[in-house]
Order: sequence, then structure tokens, then C-alpha cells
Amino acid sequence: MKYLDEYRDQTVAQKLVDEIKRTVTQPWVLMEVCGGQTHSIVKYGLDCLLPERIELVHGPGCPVCVTSLEMIDRAHAIARMPDVIFCSFGDMLRVPGSNGDLFKIKSEGGNIRVVYSPLDCLKIARANPGKRVVFFAIGFETTAPANAMSVWQAREQRVTNFSVLVSHVLVPPAMTGILDSPHNRVQAFLGPGHVCAISGWTEYEPIVSRYSVPIVITGFEPIDILQGVLMCVRQLEQGRAELENAYSRCVQREGNASAQGMIARVFCVCDRAWRGLGVIPRSGYSLTEDFRDFDAERIFDVGNVHAVEPSICMSGEILQGLKKPLDCPAFGKQCSPESPLGATMVSAEGACAAYYNYGRHLVSLEALSPKG
Amino acid sequence: MCLAIPGRISELHEHLGVPMAKVNFGGITREACLSYVPEAQIGDYVLVHVGFAISKVDEEEADRTYQYLSEMDQLSELQDGEEEEPGHEVP
Repeated sequence: MKYLDEYRDQTVAQKLVDEIKRTVTQPWVLMEVCGGQTHSIVKYGLDCLLPERIELVHGPGCPVCVTSLEMIDRAHAIARMPDVIFCSFGDMLRVPGSNGDLFKIKSEGGNIRVVYSPLDCLKIARANPGKRVVFFAIGFETTAPANAMSVWQAREQRVTNFSVLVSHVLVPPAMTGILDSPHNRVQAFLGPGHVCAISGWTEYEPIVSRYSVPIVITGFEPIDILQGVLMCVRQLEQGRAELENAYSRCVQREGNASAQGMIARVFCVCDRAWRGLGVIPRSGYSLTEDFRDFDAERIFDVGNVHAVEPSICMSGEILQGLKKPLDCPAFGKQCSPESPLGATMVSAEGACAAYYNYGRHLVSLEALSPKG
Repeated sequence: MCLAIPGRISELHEHLGVPMAKVNFGGITREACLSYVPEAQIGDYVLVHVGFAISKVDEEEADRTYQYLSEMDQLSELQDGEEEEPGHEVP
């Protein structure tokens, strides 16, 4: 496929790796922000191609992972209601709450639908006027315009049996949270390419100057990621801290203005609880007052559902780049994708799940290296 | 979750007043909402996420970057004029 296959080209990847090796003279810690990037890095073994002095730590950018257990329990409480059709992106189905996952609810008779697009929910709502259709609206800035459009169109088309359970999260507050930690190890970021396709990068420029940290907006294919790493390493080696764009075919500085406009009409910024990280101020979206009639949390009165996380899980430290999945004593033992204990194992894009699915616990990094 | 895939627009239409397109992804065609990339035309490549085009792929920029990356080793040899340093060897 055009604009995918060429960014997986082995020859170009090797040239980038060689250039990174030529450039690096000392140890650096880089964080890829987005879960999709983590998944690519582990899938293609990009971390094993890099010089030992470059360490990649895995960031908090997997929205399924960071959706709080409490919010998942609220979703499940709604999904169990007899007159509800509960719609979700496929990634959420296997994520366990305190009492099973959406598959279990479906097997017990719950009406659960997987949707490709949030607009599909409106078709389902029109086709089932006697049911209440609820969409689990999760995601980062990338997904917010699509989810906002479903609410906007529901109002335009007077679809009154549709509502959304909103658990949106925002990238920049999570990055500043990581940088503010006294234990922070991150020296440069591979910025989230698809988030920035929507938001642009003006919000990231103050982070670069305030913390003197290089941020390179980066795509998701192996060559995109290696290019992002090279640009970060060049900045670090030269003592620069700038905002650079390694994903210029898809991202511009101002982002997508019409998508930002729709987000601003439907959503407002709120404090949000992140799984593994706790509450981060002004790090999420909720519906504005204008759209309160579409707010499933109000309609179904699930605000009193509370949950407790297992204490052994160290996903919070992993999401901040302080630990790696293989540091966890529960990894691959009490905790696996089939029975995850926390954020980074619940979705395929979580760092722990990516390590598990690509067998990182079964072989040494040396064995994965092309020279090993 | 933030997965977005580039595809080529093969058809434009409207559904309930919303601009939509058929987008071809290497042989598979899916519907995508064009509300956020209204300038996109048939033949353009757009980046699609959960059924929404979120950005138009800048084809000139893509060609330019790719060309640069493909020729990078030659460029860097010209710049360095030095022998390549040995890379990290795993024992």
C-alpha cells in the first residue's frame, strides 16, 4: 500500500540505523509517547537495531490502557442494562473490569456492538428506536473529532436514544506530568503523529522551551520511527531542544482547524483519572453543558461506581518511563493479556502486552539483535 | 488506538448532509467521513482514523522526505568525509 510499504523498507531502515550509530556518542533516554509507536517498535524489533546507548521507554499514549478501571466498571454497569445497546471500539471488548469484560456481558445476554466509526452508532440508534444506544467514547485528540461528530450529528438529526460515555484523554498534560516528576528519566520525546494531525504542535512548543526537551513529531511505520529517533539524537548530541516534525507528509504546525472547531463545540477540558497515573488536572475532555442530554454518565446515574486496582501492578511506573515491562515480577506470571493486572497489559498497544505478544520474555535482547 | 491508515479517495457523496467518500486501502474499500478534510478530491490520499479522514497526505512532501532518506548515506558520507564509526556490537 502506498505511503505504508515504502516506510517499511529494510534498506532505508538500515541507512537510518547506521546514521544513528554514527551520531550517538553517549547514553540517551527517549520516550515514544503513543501506544501505536510502542507496538511498531516492539513488533519490528526497532529497539534491538539501535545502539545500546539509546534506550526507548514507553509512554502513556494508549487510551484503552489509561481508561480508569472505574470508568470501565461504569461502562459495564450500563452495558448490563436490559434496554441498552452498548457500542464500543473493538479494543475495549477484552479489557476486564472488576467483574469480567464486555465479552462476558455479551455472553450473558448483553447487547454489545463493535463499531468501526462512531457514526455507526447513529445508524444503530435509528434502527432501534425502542433501545437506548450508548457509545463508549474513549481516545486521545486523534479520536475526539470523530466522537464529537457523533454527538453533533445526533443533535442535528434529532436522534434522542443515543448517548456517550466520555473518557477522553489529552497528551500534553501527561507529558508535562512525566517531566515534572523528580524521578524523570526522559530526555527527548517522539511526539504522537496522529494526535498532532488534529491538534498541530503549538501546544508542544511551550513544553520544549520550558523543559529544554527535544520533541520530534513522529509517525508509526518503522522508517518514521527511526527518523524520529535520529532527529532526537541529533538534537541531544548538539545540545539543542527544538520542536521538529518527522511526519511532514501528514502533520502541519496548526493541525486540522475544522476538527479542532468541532472538538471545541462539543467538548470542554476537564480533570481526568488515568489508569496507573491517577488524576491529572485538565487532561481530558467531557461534554459541554450544551450537550448534557447526550451524557451517559448523567442519564444512567453510574457516578457511584468505584473500583480498586491490584497493588502488585507497576504499570504507573512503566507509563512514566521509570520501569520496563520485564522489571515487573508479575509479568508473564500472574499478569498476561488473558488476565491483565493493569493498564499496560490490557490492550495490544500497551507496553507490557506488546512485550508479551512478541515474546520478549522468552528471548534475550541479544538474541533479537541482528548481530546476536 | 490512534491507528490511521492512508487510502485513496475513489468516490465522493453525501449522507444526511455529511460529506463522505469511498476510500481504497490497497484493494479494500471503506466509507470515510470527509467533514474534516473537505478540500479532498477523488484521487487524493487521506489518512483515515475510525472512519474519519483526519488529514490529507501531502504527496510532494512524502516524496521529498523519502528521497532524502533513501539518499541519506550518500549525503552523510559527503558531509563527514570520514570513515564510518563501528556501531555497537552485541557480544
